[in-house]
Amino acid sequence: MGKVTGLTGNEAIAYAVKQCNVDVVAAYPITPQTIMVEVISEYVYNGEIDAEYVCVESEHSALSACIGASLTGARVFTATASQGLALMHEILYVASGLRCPIVMGVANRALSAPLNIHGDHSDMMGSRDCGWIQIYAESPQEAYDWIIQAFKIAEDHRVLLPVSVNIDGFILSHSMERVEILEDGDVSKFLPPRKPFITIDPTKPITVGALCLPDYYFEVKFQQIQALKESFNVIREVNAEYETLAERKYGFLETYAMDDAEAAIICLGSTAGTAKAVAMDLRSKGKKVGVIKPWVYRPFPEEELIKAVGDVKAIAVLDRACSFGAPFNALCSDIIATLYRHGKDLRVFNCLYGLGGRDITPNDLKIIFEEALEVAKTGKVKEYVKYVGVRE
Amino acid sequence: MVRLQDLPVEELFTSGHRLCAGCGAGTVMRMTMKALRGPTVVVNATGCVEVASTIYPYTSWKVSWVHIAFENAAAVASGIEAAYKVLRRKGLWDKYVDVIAIAGDGGTFDIGIQALSGALERGHDFLYICYDNEAYMNTGIQRSGATPHGAATTTSPAGRKIPGKPEFKKDLIGICVAHGIEYAATASPAYWNDYITKVRKALEVDGPAVIHVFAPCPTGMRFDPSKSIEVARLAVQTRYWPVYEVERGKYKLNIKVPQPKPLLEFLKMQGRFTHLFQPEAQRELEALQMWVEENWKRIATLCGEKT
Ligand SMILES: Cc1ncc(C[n+]2csc(CCOP(=O)(O)OP(=O)(O)O)c2C)c(N)n1
Repeated sequence: MGKVTGLTGNEAIAYAVKQCNVDVVAAYPITPQTIMVEVISEYVYNGEIDAEYVCVESEHSALSACIGASLTGARVFTATASQGLALMHEILYVASGLRCPIVMGVANRALSAPLNIHGDHSDMMGSRDCGWIQIYAESPQEAYDWIIQAFKIAEDHRVLLPVSVNIDGFILSHSMERVEILEDGDVSKFLPPRKPFITIDPTKPITVGALCLPDYYFEVKFQQIQALKESFNVIREVNAEYETLAERKYGFLETYAMDDAEAAIICLGSTAGTAKAVAMDLRSKGKKVGVIKPWVYRPFPEEELIKAVGDVKAIAVLDRACSFGAPFNALCSDIIATLYRHGKDLRVFNCLYGLGGRDITPNDLKIIFEEALEVAKTGKVKEYVKYVGVRE
Repeated sequence: MVRLQDLPVEELFTSGHRLCAGCGAGTVMRMTMKALRGPTVVVNATGCVEVASTIYPYTSWKVSWVHIAFENAAAVASGIEAAYKVLRRKGLWDKYVDVIAIAGDGGTFDIGIQALSGALERGHDFLYICYDNEAYMNTGIQRSGATPHGAATTTSPAGRKIPGKPEFKKDLIGICVAHGIEYAATASPAYWNDYITKVRKALEVDGPAVIHVFAPCPTGMRFDPSKSIEVARLAVQTRYWPVYEVERGKYKLNIKVPQPKPLLEFLKMQGRFTHLFQPEAQRELEALQMWVEENWKRIATLCGEKT
């Protein structure tokens, strides 16, 4: 068994990366991710890990260098946030298109303008269709656990896709919490050195990244679609194996107090922690509420979501990023689409909250739960998109 | 200097690619492959060479070849070099690999200069080759930071008010040398021996090296496809394209041009300069001539030559 220590989200990710025995890290600092790359460079400069740290001149180059390294067969990590992720945007698609199993830590942060360094999900939501596996952690512990699993998922030959592990900026990146860490040896056993499927080994020349015209492009993309589907099985297997190692249970989503729930909140990341506490409080007062927290946002876990929703009559979906001009924000759109597709007719409303690091308080969540209960009772949604905590 | 009989017969950049007839860049690629010394990975930026040489499921490359995007060839090369370094250290790879990044002038002078500067500053052991056809040819002949003054392109047309590109060419080698790299050079495909020798020399350098090679483009510079090498030679013989190298900061003129041909001979061959010969554009023509003279003087002086 591992030992218990105190780590911030950034440190937890850096520590996991160290135990995963990476070969190449190329990254560029940006708040609130900075400490992640500082800690990793410290490991490298102190000789605690044998890796090449490529101190690139931009995030665009960071991901570019990662792809180059990944194509040689190396195990590769990068990290970013906000404007940095936006600057990588072009290359995010190349990483997934070339099937590079890069793992990236993202400390989610708002996007300019106006300039803001605090946590929301605008950065990753803007990249949600780039073909990466996307995971959201609720705590530094989850971030640590997911990084280790992420390499195993990404590098599996049935998948070969990049994975991002997201932590809420400052709320998780900078808060120190209890983290149970595994023994180095256990991690190496769980995650042996990478066995690449194919590399740019110059003694067996290959061409990577060719121009693909209409006669082939669609097929290549279709393979990516299938790989992302296939990752369901791999994620499930990796979660199961990790559970026997760490005695912590992961899956596509976590359910809390959902058994006989009439109304539920669905949200990503750290907000779920507060929602769970509020739900527990309301439960003690006899109110049947629960929480669903997707860990894996891409590929979207439809089956698991339908199962988790059960007989709930109303759902409040919390989004921490705005899809400007859309009928609903991103997570809510996905939930509604899933319910529709599975013939589930229940009431859903969307709450946009927490932009630019605006706090969401237990009281905010209590009000949302109560509204959800009201919707469950009346079957009527008063307001389809609510803006929580904004001054009008 | 290499000897013709020593060059490998094998073509590592094969025929059958879709580059235009007479494409200077294609010739440059073929020559580049003749200079290799061992296992090599080529990173190619988006541009004519990339799109025309690897139309899936075909490829012209018999070395490992990677394309990622337009502006990041140097960054991708950095990652590859770093990876082989650590894999060798860990005993997971046992060979030395030459990494060559190849980009056009747009991918180098403009959008890619940041990635190039970063990679040079970090000192990765790789060779960067910029084939300079003096415009964005792949997207249909738009001006770049390498387009000479007065040249007509589709974004610097020979207009009634502004006759061709108002600005002058960037000093790429100067920028690269300012990074303190060990080797930088210019070259021309008309002087194959000089070019191939330089590629080999640059590969042997332990650290970053840059070669800036002229790549005549019949389509964009508008001349007959049979004249590519003639245009490339004239560029040198008119002193338009000084061929020199910089080793550890020391400049050396490789091709002396004691009796330069008139610049007009070079300009007149190319449709992109036709408008300069109209009376209204006389000043532009003179400005370009002046620039060529000044540039030659500057380079010759740096090379310790009498001008
Ligand atoms: C970020 C980005 N902007 C624009 C383009 C479109 N583009 C592709 S190739 C090219 C021009 C390439 O010019 P150059 O580097 O001079 O090479 P050439 O085509 O002349 O060989 C442009 C503008 C791109 N691929 N990526």
